Amino acid sequence: MGEVTRTVTIDGSEQGFATTKFDALLSWARKYSLFQYPFVTACCGMEFMSTVSPRFDIARFGAEAPRFSPRQSDVLWVVGTISQRQAPVLRRIYEQMMDPKWVIAFGTCASCGGFYDNYTTVPGLDKIIPCDVYIPGCPPRPEAILDGLMLLQDKIASGDRRPGVVKPRQDPADPKNDLVTLRTSASGRDE
Amino acid sequence: MSEAALSRLKERFGAAILETSSFLGDDTAVVDAARWKEIALFLRDDSKLSFDMPIDLCGVDYPERLPRMEVVLHVYSTSLRHRLRMKARVGDDEMNGAEIDSLVPVWSGVEWLERETYDMSGVTFRGHPDLRRILMYPEFEGHPLRKDYAANRTQPLIPYRTEEEAGVPLEKLAPFGPDEGMSFGRRPHLPHSEN
Repeated sequence: MGEVTRTVTIDGSEQGFATTKFDALLSWARKYSLFQYPFVTACCGMEFMSTVSPRFDIARFGAEAPRFSPRQSDVLWVVGTISQRQAPVLRRIYEQMMDPKWVIAFGTCASCGGFYDNYTTVPGLDKIIPCDVYIPGCPPRPEAILDGLMLLQDKIASGDRRPGVVKPRQDPADPKNDLVTLRTSASGRDE
Repeated sequence: MSEAALSRLKERFGAAILETSSFLGDDTAVVDAARWKEIALFLRDDSKLSFDMPIDLCGVDYPERLPRMEVVLHVYSTSLRHRLRMKARVGDDEMNGAEIDSLVPVWSGVEWLERETYDMSGVTFRGHPDLRRILMYPEFEGHPLRKDYAANRTQPLIPYRTEEEAGVPLEKLAPFGPDEGMSFGRRPHLPHSEN
């Protein structure tokens, strides 16, 4: 980022507060203007497309501008399986991005290799580049993707660079303990 | 469906057809590898066979058998609408002599299939115009679909980050545990496997 040459006053004349306040302002601006670089290699791309399209509308979160040059983007979405052959390409794309930059591992394959436990697949993109948010699912639902984006925004706001995992909304092992309760219609079916 | 094709092959090539089988409409001929291309030409050109379309070509490794590697070809006739599977066995237990004539002069469509078979199984196709790897990278050593390729052997092109570099554990926690989504996962995983 460029040099800060002016004093920024957020509220009244609280000059002594300005540094932290400025960081907070900057994080706030960053988290709502994420330019994304989608690195789409596999079937998860379908869910990504539906998430950026109007029905789920990722633009609500200020992340509506995909940039197909890594030099202009803030968030790298790694969507799909990373083969060993692609690993140098992915690392170069990450290195081309300007700081500050964040990486989202989209789906199980990008996060840990998924069931491609074999000679040709990288077992998780964090073996190659740092990762901020992991979104589990094969593929993840658009809701999980939006959860992942909001988790990343929280991390940007708080300056937390430790990786985070999107929590499932429903735990198959413990169906009673849903994080989100589904509405049930009169016929007893989930809606 | 094409048992007639099998009998025609046997009548024409005799002892070069080592065995045949027909099961649920799948007709298979195991042929002498030395006459592979000659038989393929006959399959294409004979008016009663007229197999004009190669469907697939691959290698299957049977480490307990000798010869060890089976080259499997599927062909289809678009005019007569019948299919045939042709196999040839090559290679000793060390895969020496795993060579067979290329069928590119017969059906140009098998060019990439033969490259794939070379890449995955290590069968050499004599007379192929451009025999190099097609799926794996040129730096890759060995042939991954052979049964003696270690199941956990990976050959990364760039070194993996270490946990010291990353500052976070790279071994996966829930929900990315050993069986994430798949009950048949093979673990424990060895990301830095020895060759």
